[in-house]
Amino acid sequence: MQKVSRLSRFNIASLALGLAFLYLPILILVLYSFNASRLVTVWGGWSLRWYHEFFNDRAMIEAAWMSLRVAVASATIATLLGTLAAVALSRGERFRGRTLFSGMLYAPLVMPEVITGLSLLLLFVALNAERGFWTVTIAHTTLTMCFVAVVVQSRLGSLDRSLEEAAMDLGCDPVGAFIAVTLPLIAPAIVAGWMLAFTLSLDDLVIASFTTGPGSATLPIRIYSEVRLGVKPEINAICTLVIALIAVVIVIASLASKLSSSQGESAAPL
Amino acid sequence: MAEESPGTKVAAETAGGDACPDAGQPLLRIEGVAKTFGTFRAVDGVSLDIKAGEFFALLGPSGCGKTTLLRMLAGFEAPDEGRILLGGKDIALALPHERPINMMFQNYALFPHLSVRDNIAFGLKRAGMARAEIATRVSEMVALVKLEGLEKRKPDQLSGGQRQRVALARALARRPKLLLLDEPLAALDKKLRESTQGELMELQRRLGMTFIIVTHDQEEAMTMADRIGVMKSGKLAQVAPPRELYEAPHSRWIAEFVGDINLFDGETKLRDGHRLVIGTRDAGALVVAEPREGVGSGKLAVAIRPEKVKLSRRGPVTEAGRETAINILDGVIADICYLGGTTTYKVKLDTGGMLQASVANSARLDIDAYSLNQHVVAWFTPDDCVVLQS
Repeated sequence: MQKVSRLSRFNIASLALGLAFLYLPILILVLYSFNASRLVTVWGGWSLRWYHEFFNDRAMIEAAWMSLRVAVASATIATLLGTLAAVALSRGERFRGRTLFSGMLYAPLVMPEVITGLSLLLLFVALNAERGFWTVTIAHTTLTMCFVAVVVQSRLGSLDRSLEEAAMDLGCDPVGAFIAVTLPLIAPAIVAGWMLAFTLSLDDLVIASFTTGPGSATLPIRIYSEVRLGVKPEINAICTLVIALIAVVIVIASLASKLSSSQGESAAPL
Repeated sequence: MAEESPGTKVAAETAGGDACPDAGQPLLRIEGVAKTFGTFRAVDGVSLDIKAGEFFALLGPSGCGKTTLLRMLAGFEAPDEGRILLGGKDIALALPHERPINMMFQNYALFPHLSVRDNIAFGLKRAGMARAEIATRVSEMVALVKLEGLEKRKPDQLSGGQRQRVALARALARRPKLLLLDEPLAALDKKLRESTQGELMELQRRLGMTFIIVTHDQEEAMTMADRIGVMKSGKLAQVAPPRELYEAPHSRWIAEFVGDINLFDGETKLRDGHRLVIGTRDAGALVVAEPREGVGSGKLAVAIRPEKVKLSRRGPVTEAGRETAINILDGVIADICYLGGTTTYKVKLDTGGMLQASVANSARLDIDAYSLNQHVVAWFTPDDCVVLQS
C-alpha cells in the first residue's frame, strides 16, 4: 500500500483511466443487468426481472447447458491429452520429429480461430459427421489442448528430474515413480490447465459457430444471434452470470498455479 | 565386520542379514564397463572390485566419468559394454528398482510434497513392509541421523544439513547392500562438511555397510575412504588406499592431481644397488630410491612432496656421504606463503629450478621462519622421492 502513496498524480490518473477502459463496460453491463426497464440504456430502478426472464427462457437455458457440457467435456479431454503431450515432450527420449511435434502442438495457440474453425468444419463435412455436441467438443479440445500442454510442460520443466530417479531408486517402476512423485507435484498445473481450457471453451464463439449444427447452439452463439435482433436486458443478466462463473474459475486457477510454483521452489537444489 | 560394536539394534540386524558374503569374494565386481554419449566416451573400460563393508571413493575432476559410473551402478544409465556383478549376479541391465542398491543424490532429491517421515518411509512402502514395521524402521532411522522432532516437517522447512540427513536416512532405510553417495557433502559449508564426514564414517562402520562415494574433493576422499579410485577421462588411473595414492602415485598426472608436488624432469645417470642417480635439468643430480617395476628407463620425473623437503640455514648436521646419501640443494627464498599451521616456501635453487617446501609452524614465535631472499639449504632423502615415467 505504501507504494501506491508514492505514485505521482499522473500515475494515478493513467492507472484509473486504464482500469476504467478495461472494466467500465463490464461494470455497466453488470449494473444494467439489474435494471427494471425494458430499454437497455434507460435506468428504471433495481430489479431481478431479467434474471427471472433468463431462467424461464428455455432456449437460452438449453444453450447454457450445452456450453457447460461442451466446456467440461472438452476441458477434460484436452487436459488428459495435453498432459500426455507435455510428459512426452519433457520426459520422453528424444524421438524423431520431436521438434515438429512440439511445433504442431503449439500451432493452435497462434492460428486464427477462423482458420481452425473452417478447417474443422471441412473435416467434419468430409467425414459426413453429424454436427452437434461432439463436433464442438472435439473442436474445442483441439483449441485448448495446446494451452494445457504449455502450462503442464513449464511445470514439468522446472521439476528436478532426480526426484523421479530417487523414486525409482527407492523401489518404484517408471510408471509408479510418475504416479507417486511427478503427478502430485504437477497436479496444480494440471488443475490450472483444466480451468484455462474450461473458460476458453465457454467463451468461444468463432470455432463453435463453425462446428456446431442446428439445434445445438452454445451460449455465445445464442447470445450473438439474439443481439443481432437488438440487445435485450436479459442478455446483460446472462453475461453477468458468465462473468461471475469465469471469475471464480480464474481465481481458482491462479491460486492453483501459485501453489504449484511455491512447491516448485522447494524442489530446486540448494 | 567382526569388530563392529553391536551397540545398536540397527547394526546388529544388518550384520545378521545377508549383506556380508565371504570376505574373499567382492561384493561388487565391475568388469570392463563402458558408456558412450554420442561420440563422447564418458566411461571407458573400467574394472573394479569392491569388498563388502568397504568405504570406497571415486575421485576425479569434473567430467572424468565418475558420476556416470555411479549412475550405472544405480541403474539410471545402462552400460554399453561390460558387466556389473553384485554378489555374483549380473545387474548391468536391471532397472533401478530391481537392485538392492540405494543412492543419495547430490541435491538430495527429497520429495517436496512429503514430510520427513513419509520421505524416509517411501522406499519401505514400495517394499511392501507392514505398517507397524515401517513406523519402527522410520523412527530408528530418524534417531540414527538425529532428526528427532522434525518428522512432520516438509523438506523446505529444513536447513541444508537437516535435508542432507533426511536424504541419508531415506537411502539407508531399505538397508541396501550398497549405498551410493553422489557428492553428498558438496552443498554444505566447510565446518558442517567436516563434522558430517566424521558422522558418515562412524555410521558406515557401525552399520557395516558398503559405501561408494563420488567426490571431486580429494581431502574428503582421503579422510573418509578406505580406498580411492582416481578417474581420468573415463578410465581408472589408480586404485589405492589414501596413503599409497599420496605417497606412491602411479603417474605424473596423479602425483599432480593429488596434493602438491615438486617435479623435476631428467634421465637415469647411474644405477647403484638400490639407489638411482637421476640427472635433472632444474635440480642437478638427484639420488632416489629404486622405483617400482617398469619405471626406470627413458624420460623420468623425480617427484617430491613439499612437506618432505627440509630447510635449514646450513644444511643437515650429518654430512656423511654427501654425494649419495642425501639430496642437498642450495637456494634462496623466493616466495613465502603463510597458511597458519604450515608455511610454504618457494626456494629458487642455484641450479635453476623452483622447489616448494612446506614447513610446520611448530613454534608460535617466528624464530624459525625464513625471510625473503635469505640463503637456505634444502634437503631430502632418496626414500622421500618418487620416480615417475615422464
